[in-house]
Amino acid sequence: MDTLAALGHGFLVALTPYNLLWSAIGVTVGTAVGVLPGIGPALTVALLLPVTYGLEPTSAFIMFAGIYYGAMYGGSTTSILLNAPGESGSIVTAIDGHAMARQGRGAQALATAAIGSFIAGTIATAALTFVAPLMVKLALLFGPAEYFALMVLALTTVTAVLGSSLARGLASLFLGLALGLVGIDMQTGQARLAFGVPELLDGIDTVVVAVGLFAVGETLYVASRHRFETEEIYALKGSKWMSREDWSRSWKPWLRGTLLGFPIGTLPAGGSEIPTFLSYLVEKRLAKKPEEFGKGAIEAVAGPEAANNASAAGVLAPLLSLGLPTSATAAIMLAAFQQYGLQPGPTLFDNNPELVWGMIASLYIGNVLLLVLNLPLVGFWVKLLLIPRPWLYAGILVFSSLGAYTLNNNVIDLVILWVIGLVGFGMRVLNVPVAPCVVGLILGPLAEQQFRRALAISQGDPSVFLTHPISAALLIVAVLLVIGPMVLRYRSNGAGKGDSASRSDTHPAT
Amino acid sequence: MTIRMPGAVKGVLTAAVLATASLAATPSLAEIKGLEIIAPASPGGGWDQHARTLQQVLQDQKLASNIQVVNIPGAGGTVGLAQFVTAKKRTPTVLVGGQIMLGAIVTNKSAVTLDQVTPLARLTGEYTAIVVPPDSPIKTFDDLVKTFKANPGSVSWGGGSAGGSDQILAGLIAKAVGVDPNKVNYVATAGGGELLASALGGHVTLGMGGYSEFAPQFQAGKLRAIAVSAPQRLPGSDTPTLKEQGVDLEFVNWRGVFAQASAKPAELKELQEAVAKAVASDEWKQAVKQRGWIDLYQPSAEFASFLKQERAQIEGTLKDIGLVK
Repeated sequence: MDTLAALGHGFLVALTPYNLLWSAIGVTVGTAVGVLPGIGPALTVALLLPVTYGLEPTSAFIMFAGIYYGAMYGGSTTSILLNAPGESGSIVTAIDGHAMARQGRGAQALATAAIGSFIAGTIATAALTFVAPLMVKLALLFGPAEYFALMVLALTTVTAVLGSSLARGLASLFLGLALGLVGIDMQTGQARLAFGVPELLDGIDTVVVAVGLFAVGETLYVASRHRFETEEIYALKGSKWMSREDWSRSWKPWLRGTLLGFPIGTLPAGGSEIPTFLSYLVEKRLAKKPEEFGKGAIEAVAGPEAANNASAAGVLAPLLSLGLPTSATAAIMLAAFQQYGLQPGPTLFDNNPELVWGMIASLYIGNVLLLVLNLPLVGFWVKLLLIPRPWLYAGILVFSSLGAYTLNNNVIDLVILWVIGLVGFGMRVLNVPVAPCVVGLILGPLAEQQFRRALAISQGDPSVFLTHPISAALLIVAVLLVIGPMVLRYRSNGAGKGDSASRSDTHPAT
Repeated sequence: MTIRMPGAVKGVLTAAVLATASLAATPSLAEIKGLEIIAPASPGGGWDQHARTLQQVLQDQKLASNIQVVNIPGAGGTVGLAQFVTAKKRTPTVLVGGQIMLGAIVTNKSAVTLDQVTPLARLTGEYTAIVVPPDSPIKTFDDLVKTFKANPGSVSWGGGSAGGSDQILAGLIAKAVGVDPNKVNYVATAGGGELLASALGGHVTLGMGGYSEFAPQFQAGKLRAIAVSAPQRLPGSDTPTLKEQGVDLEFVNWRGVFAQASAKPAELKELQEAVAKAVASDEWKQAVKQRGWIDLYQPSAEFASFLKQERAQIEGTLKDIGLVK
């Protein structure tokens, strides 16, 4: 009841025309930032901080929250249309989202992403309103052993993107794991595989790798084939709207994505990519037509997009209830609290209820504004695909290069992007799937660091992974996810006397 | 955010300010035009915040105009440092940096060092707090020393990056209490939220980090500080210092600003004066207070000799810990 009254008061604050205006500005800027490569919400908020100095803190935070949510919406657009993920949370979206766009179903992919983001954002904001302290208490139970188990669980996603050949899929995965080793080892401070290049000491940015492999690699591949074959793609086929089938295939992934995204978002070392991986895996396992995954399954866009938006709300839970910044944007918002002389931390709810509840209420409003802003934009965005292909691909290259450069204002990132793009081109020629590489790159280093931290704390005793109940449970689920399908396949093969061999759930992934 | 003003407008503004503020005792300095501040880290961190606060104050106090903050993150600041050393700029450029950079230069075997820049001023510092969860069996610093001496490996020290300030302090403490610094079971985290969470969740025996970063948790009773690395107790805090508890150590995670070695003497003097005026302003003092920093301003010459001592101490400790051969 108290919460409802406080939230009601928050709505009164957020719904004043003045604050509504800031919310609208925030979501618009956020969407733009999400679409533009290289500029993330963190940098945007940092740049706007000095400008907002004269603003009421409440209005400023309403705007920041809008930017934060808006960027999550906008991120999917370039993933789907250009195969160039703007941030790590929308890498998974590119796999099937872009495949849908190539089949002329870009509008449906964008729509399911936008509606899924709205639903996930709204449910997760409600969760933030009512169960934030509880979730944060649970999140604090996660130590290195638990994180390691979670990373192992997420790594099983690889089985869903391996493609038709186990050897090629694993080669791609190991390439990713190797790329993940580049840079300073966090526990010892020693450089690995950096070859004396200082820019490599912080490792290779996952977004640069994803854009290189997905966008640049594909562009080079298409360019190399262009003269020989003409592909019928990119026409907007049929209606712009989601069909009845699209809806019925989307709503469960939206909810499941939310369920995965919010709790993992509250974890201080969770990261926005992990729930998207898990969501992809879950959807593929539950899908009626798993063979469509990798070739444009709408579930594979709906689930991960809902998951990344829900995790964005999850990140705010430890920030608001404990003053724990768990993402780059949260860290800057924390700095912003200090700029306004507010003490972020466990006392923020008590000392500044107007601000906190106004901001939470503005998240609900921002979500509605974002849906209103983004759904009509779908029609506009898909027109991009009508651009003649040579121009479009040239545009993708420019766009990707620009994005890689803006990340650190460093030419080295361009070199890395292009080298990885060439590798991606080679992988396509050799029919090696690129998705496992990205999974390995993101999860490998996280898993390694947590593994070593857990062992450092236990003084080398590996039993910690099994004696901690959460860790043990997650590892068991991971084992079941890998072994379960094998057992099922074996049994169905036995029963069907081999005639169902083609029912294998592996298939060429993009 | 840079605000570009046409020269004429700026002239009028300056004149107006001079006219209205004519009661100022000292004659106003000539503004520095087109200053670039390099923050060798991502937006949001300590160095970035210092760069942006300095930008704001220099601008508001009319000490410089058309100021730009450029983030060049990477490798403990050494990527930014390398670009700063080699850059040929037409406008004055300064670099924000701090203690972590000293360690990073050695551990990363950086090709450039702070020998190739001119120390301009030390700005602020933060003292390190050692914290434990409220239900920890370690209640005091003495408890910690006892447990640590009995079984060094059983104490996991959670802190920021490997070779950073926290690990150096852990090594210094080990040495001071007579344990081989190489035996410190240091668990490096990304700092910030990750470190706070592992301390709050009790996943590490103790957490180390800037006092102000933990302060809200003390007030809420979620963490307890058993020692602080300051020379005396911090204002408004009853956390005992290391010195009070028998460890003769003072340790400050400082941040400062550097000029290019190629800067001409006149330009250097201008920059020094601008920074000196900026840090003397109420606006700077207010910002420092809000962010929980401590004003540890030292002008160029003092800062340079302070740096010399720091380097010796940090390089020595990194060798003791075994991070540097």
